[in-house]
Amino acid sequence: MRLKKNIATSESGFIFHPGTGDSFSANPIGADILLQLKEGVAPSDIKKTILDKYDVTANMVEKDWDDFSAQLREANLLEL
Amino acid sequence: MTKLPYERPQILKMNAGLMNKYGTRTEYEPVKHIDGIPVKTLIAKYGSPVFVISERTMRSTYRSIQRSFATRYPKVQMAWSYKTNYINAVCNVYHQEGSWGEVVSGFEYRKALGNGVPGNKIIFNGPEKTTAELELAINNDSLIHIDHFDEMYQLIDISDRMNKKPRVAIRVNMDTGIYPIWDRFGFNYENGTAWSALTKIVESGKLNLVGLHCHIGTYMMVTTAYSIAASKLCDLAWNCKTQLNTTIQYLDMGGGLPTANDLRGAYLPAKDTIPSVDEFAEAIASTILNYGFKTEDLPLLILETGRAMIDDAGFLLGSVLANKRLSDGRRATIMDFGVNILFTSFWYEHKISPAQDFTQHTEECVLYGPLCMNIDVVRSAITLPLLNRGDQVVVHRVGAYNMTQWMQFIQMRPNVVMIDESGESHLIRATETMEYIEIPERMPEHLKTVKL
Repeated sequence: MRLKKNIATSESGFIFHPGTGDSFSANPIGADILLQLKEGVAPSDIKKTILDKYDVTANMVEKDWDDFSAQLREANLLEL
Repeated sequence: MTKLPYERPQILKMNAGLMNKYGTRTEYEPVKHIDGIPVKTLIAKYGSPVFVISERTMRSTYRSIQRSFATRYPKVQMAWSYKTNYINAVCNVYHQEGSWGEVVSGFEYRKALGNGVPGNKIIFNGPEKTTAELELAINNDSLIHIDHFDEMYQLIDISDRMNKKPRVAIRVNMDTGIYPIWDRFGFNYENGTAWSALTKIVESGKLNLVGLHCHIGTYMMVTTAYSIAASKLCDLAWNCKTQLNTTIQYLDMGGGLPTANDLRGAYLPAKDTIPSVDEFAEAIASTILNYGFKTEDLPLLILETGRAMIDDAGFLLGSVLANKRLSDGRRATIMDFGVNILFTSFWYEHKISPAQDFTQHTEECVLYGPLCMNIDVVRSAITLPLLNRGDQVVVHRVGAYNMTQWMQFIQMRPNVVMIDESGESHLIRATETMEYIEIPERMPEHLKTVKL
């Protein structure tokens, strides 16, 4: 899963897609994931960081990761 | 090291354009306690889902409604509408407050008797009353409200046979400017049927005509309808006195007062649009007082307010079973309660509050119940914080009709708990069991064994 290169993100969770002009806001954990994706961190490492940092089970992270991917795809923010 | 609370990742598209003046957030504070008891404690003790009734709210609402009428009219009597919620503990709170019983079936009648309501303080309404039930009501000197001519003649026959003269009223339906008119119950005012019934009752010499009853609708949003109804009942009472030489002792204005629950499809929130109980009381009381009765001839004013009496006192606590995304991208959240126990979700957009802390991030979602049925939609669109599996919610204003119209369908009906005025919780109706459900079932001999 890779973010499109031209997508602008900020630490506060603001996302801008210059291709479509759409903007989005992410909650803190969503913003964190997007920043790591932009830096090229592997999804498996990002999930591990979430598990270490947050009070959550691996199954829930896995389920929510899939759902977040679907949201990013729906928003046209991912490389095909 | 303590880990941070988790919230599932989310992005939300920002839309340019005019702002919605009503905003998108529906909740700003979690509701973690009901009358001082933590929601988590209630669910841990009684399971999820669970209905919770606040006795404190019941009593304060009763006193508030009673005060609204009693400060405007000298003779007021409340009669608890059993069909609104006939769990015995609930009924007895209102009976302790002084409410009579208002019942619409033999089943409810026997419940009222069982709760200790004297027979002469039971109002027997409704279109179905069997001969045995009428005989019981006559023997108990109850107030029998006649719904149709067949019932009137049935009652005359029974009275003749028993050589007793029961106290009766007729239910009157009428045009109060609210449509459709509830003309399926009682006798019509405008076309003269009501007057015809009153004449026949008096001329029969077998029945003691003591009252007039109407119930013009439900969730009424204009007070003028009650003014019109009170005026028409006064007109009939006046004519009974002057033309039939019969004094009408009471006017029963029924129920129908609304609560702050939002009706489905309503543009504005109910709390901004419904009149207060004071306004309804003023409309009814001033109409009767100004009609022209002598002070000593003023009829007793009876009210059968059910919904407005108990809705606010009822809460449904439940938990999130699952989250999923629908094919069109919408979020769906599946709760452990559905339309089977929250029947009012068919016509209300219930207020639902999370029962734990949440962030400012929200998402619009569809709220489904647990039933494997497509109709099981609690809210078709609601903006809620990002709930996770196991998170708990509080559904507000569910005291009226849910605990009577609920269905044992696919799932069992849950525990009902009452929190008393000192903050103690009491189980007042236990969740159903497999054994309870199967008590009425019978198995034919040839179906007792199955081999697959």
